[in-house]
Amino acid sequence: MSPALPRWADLALIPALNLALAFLAAGLVVVFIGEDPVQAVSVLIRGSLGSSYAIGFTLFYATTFVFTGLAVAIAFHAGLFNIGGEGQAILGGIGVALAALWLDTTHWLVVLPAAIVAAALFGAAWAAIPGILAATRGSHVVITTIMFNFIASALLVYLLVNVLRVPGAMSPETRRFAEGAHLPFMHTMLGHLGIGMARTPMNIASLLALLAALGTWVLIWRTRLGYEIRAFGHSEPAAVYAGISPVRIIVVVMLISGAMAACMALNVVLGYQQRLVLEFTAGAGFVGIAVALMGRSHPFGVVLAAILFGMLYQGGAELAFEMPAISRDMIVVIQALVILFTGALERMVRGPVERLFARRPARAAT
Amino acid sequence: MKWTAANGPRRAGAAVLGLALTAGAANADEINPAVIYDLGGKFDRSFNQASHTGAERFREETGIAYRDFELQSDAQREQALRRFAEQGHNPVIVTGFAYGSAMEEIAPDFPDTNFVIIDMVVDLPNVRSVVFNEHEGSYLVGVLGAMASETGTLGFVGGMDIPLIRKFACGYVQGVMATNPDATVLQNMTGTTGAAWNDPVRGGELARAQIDQGADVIYHAAGGTGVGVLQAAADADVYGIGVDSNQNYMHPGNVLTSMLKRVDVAVYDAMMDVKEGEWTTGVVVLGLAEDGVGWALDEHNEDLITAEMREAVEEAERRIIAGEIEVHDYTTDGTCPVQ
Repeated sequence: MSPALPRWADLALIPALNLALAFLAAGLVVVFIGEDPVQAVSVLIRGSLGSSYAIGFTLFYATTFVFTGLAVAIAFHAGLFNIGGEGQAILGGIGVALAALWLDTTHWLVVLPAAIVAAALFGAAWAAIPGILAATRGSHVVITTIMFNFIASALLVYLLVNVLRVPGAMSPETRRFAEGAHLPFMHTMLGHLGIGMARTPMNIASLLALLAALGTWVLIWRTRLGYEIRAFGHSEPAAVYAGISPVRIIVVVMLISGAMAACMALNVVLGYQQRLVLEFTAGAGFVGIAVALMGRSHPFGVVLAAILFGMLYQGGAELAFEMPAISRDMIVVIQALVILFTGALERMVRGPVERLFARRPARAAT
Repeated sequence: MKWTAANGPRRAGAAVLGLALTAGAANADEINPAVIYDLGGKFDRSFNQASHTGAERFREETGIAYRDFELQSDAQREQALRRFAEQGHNPVIVTGFAYGSAMEEIAPDFPDTNFVIIDMVVDLPNVRSVVFNEHEGSYLVGVLGAMASETGTLGFVGGMDIPLIRKFACGYVQGVMATNPDATVLQNMTGTTGAAWNDPVRGGELARAQIDQGADVIYHAAGGTGVGVLQAAADADVYGIGVDSNQNYMHPGNVLTSMLKRVDVAVYDAMMDVKEGEWTTGVVVLGLAEDGVGWALDEHNEDLITAEMREAVEEAERRIIAGEIEVHDYTTDGTCPVQ
């Protein structure tokens, strides 16, 4: 955070400028392959926000990214780089599936709390091992968490192929959860209120994601633990001097982070797929890193960034439908440009903007 | 239904008639095909590319365009299916067992649309399920591999450790063991994520490790990863065996043969059947008898296949079709009689 910038410029202006640059670069790529960039952008926007169908899908994807983004953001506050969201989410999925398979003859009001607890426990347990290793043995969480991603995915394949698979079925997936474990979809909930909405996978987990973001804000800025986490993240020696135990903070932060990442499975496994399949995480754990970077590790920023990435996912799919010349690899390029400009090249814009504001100190101070 | 090249001219003739008949027909008979590939992408030179080839052949012969879509993530399966069905595409063809649940979800909502799913059985009134007897084709290339091997050690590189790939491996090992009971078959799987279908570097490493252990024939069932397996085999001057599409051309002289899985025929015929008004639903099993699987012989490998090998493999083919050899299908009971 630079003192030269007013807060609104730091939180809104710079991300907006980065985004504009990213779309400019992406537009050039679209021109390069001989397509109309204006049409591409309009398909992307219309496809992600233009109808209740589009918005539903966008927010469904965004919900997943809120959970994984918050997971990374919480760890960032303690100066930890948890890139194991993918593995923690996989474990969360296993927890959710076990809870749902066990309780799916009851009611979703029973299944949902059980699934939340199971996901959080499994995800936290998965993050605990790298956390304890980092706290007591000094092994770097970047290395250990990413290795745990591979172990988690091997565990998932083993369980789905050998234990949880429906006997005789070709596909490695669990049986479909029974009616009792189906979360209410947003379109049915809104339907009860008399608001029409197209059928989309968006479900009640989206509200949980908002609660999670609020909870994260309270935790980081309104609790003693949050203060300790931030103090530790700013300076470990200072935190130790203040009597904060690094071992405790590292382990606790990793537990919370892992549990948060695992909760994405509530949206995908319980809310939408209603069974556990391979690859259900679809890279959401890694997208969470970009979301946290772009959202400045602030829960509100994470929600906004998650919506942007939801738009890119949903709009990107529409782009591939509407303009076949833009292949899926092109869409990855466009998404990557957004991440590049908003995350890695963020300083490129910050310098000139800071100088601009420095020239007008009087106004910036007000 | 017999799926042979001889059907070609008859189909082309009927196509003209079909067009005239369906011109004024209801939506259900209108031909406007769409194909959705699996995560490997349409140019994986293997399974998905075979579907692309079938669709292209249909387009070239009939001049009817088709739409296709490559998935970015697993979550898009239902979305893509629903989208194409809503746009009035017919038939909508999906390639891969992973579409099973998405199909069960979407197909009932569009009773007038004809759906095709390959590699998976979905029991719905408007779905045609096409499954292949991969174990029979794998058995044949196992016979050829065992005869070509000098060391008696053969390799198998699979994509992911899932039932479908174990089915390939099990058929292959049965073919090898029937030909040379003393042979050893080394088996490796590439990975545990979807990336395993598109990781030629790792495929190459696994193949080299098997070659170091004495393997001189390596069969792959790993989609795009297999490109690396075949490359490693060619670099070490041993034999690779291709899969799904005919991959003999990739390293002439070093690709012993390819296990053909005629996904292209399944895609082409589905489109043709809708066009001609000969659409049928239900399960279509394509084995050796139906020419749905087989082994590839062309100008790139004719020098590698001796008369003796050819005789042996044709004999095995004949006996499988006649029912004298029963190749065990791993997916029926989850076990393989040989290792």
